[in-house]
Amino acid sequence: MSGAGRRPRVAVVIFPGSNCDRDALAAVELVGGEAVPVWHQSADLAGCTAVILPGGFSYGDYLRAGAMAAHSSVMTAVRRHAADGGPVLGICNGFQMLLEIGLLPGAMLMNRTLRFICRDVHLRVERNDLPLLGHLASGQVLRLPIAHKEGNWFAHPDVMREVEAKGMAALRYCTPTGELDDGANPNGALDAIAGLVNVQGNVLGMMPHPERRMRALLGGEDGAALIRGLVEAA
Amino acid sequence: MLVEVRVKLKEQVLDPQGEAIRRVLSGLGYGEIEQVRVGKLMLLEVAGTDAPEVRSRVEEACKEVLANPVIEEYEVRLP
Repeated sequence: MSGAGRRPRVAVVIFPGSNCDRDALAAVELVGGEAVPVWHQSADLAGCTAVILPGGFSYGDYLRAGAMAAHSSVMTAVRRHAADGGPVLGICNGFQMLLEIGLLPGAMLMNRTLRFICRDVHLRVERNDLPLLGHLASGQVLRLPIAHKEGNWFAHPDVMREVEAKGMAALRYCTPTGELDDGANPNGALDAIAGLVNVQGNVLGMMPHPERRMRALLGGEDGAALIRGLVEAA
Repeated sequence: MLVEVRVKLKEQVLDPQGEAIRRVLSGLGYGEIEQVRVGKLMLLEVAGTDAPEVRSRVEEACKEVLANPVIEEYEVRLP
């Protein structure tokens, strides 16, 4: 949708307690987008055509992770943008928000270890037929860091069946060689789900942090394909 | 009036926190405590005297934000 010579504008919404917003802004710029910080009380998305809900601890995770942020005024614009088919990427706390506002199904429980987990995980790409995931190969294994305490995705069996039937599982925790194994599932997420897309395919929520893996010098570039997918979909 | 809202995880949702507490209790000799489920208690001071009206408003708030219906259930208690 971007005009000739104009960089796609990507909104990075900042909530009180966001702490991955600067990384997300830098990541967008690195792959050629124009990163626009948007305060959570904003009524609109400042003319942006893609949105990142970044990680952090919005509102100190009060009540439930993402629950307070879900009611910020900017969320009305985010919902409208998503309903119009606009691309949305929710990372970590941003994923939790997408669940809380019902753009993605299920809910997050505390990690089964009861611990905050901060380490690299391996992820198997389950979908690459969508613009957001188009730079990835199906079955490709990514290595990205996670940093969360509530990433144990849960859904009721009927919702789970829908997730399966409609191919909403985009990323799954796996072994370094791409095998699904309970030992490779860091938090107990149902069906090893690390990332989900909505049925329309324009909203992606993921617990791992692609914005932290944009440069080989800083541990790897596996996140760049995801951020690039978002910027190009803008 | 003071309204109590109790939010707890649904029966079919695992509660690793409750299980960790149960294990500690068991280690302390409280073996008879066979299950622990952790929930939240919220005390709401609500302006209004019409009990059914207050209840209905608080239940609305529960559905909208205080509880996540995917994993939690709530109970509203009026004085």
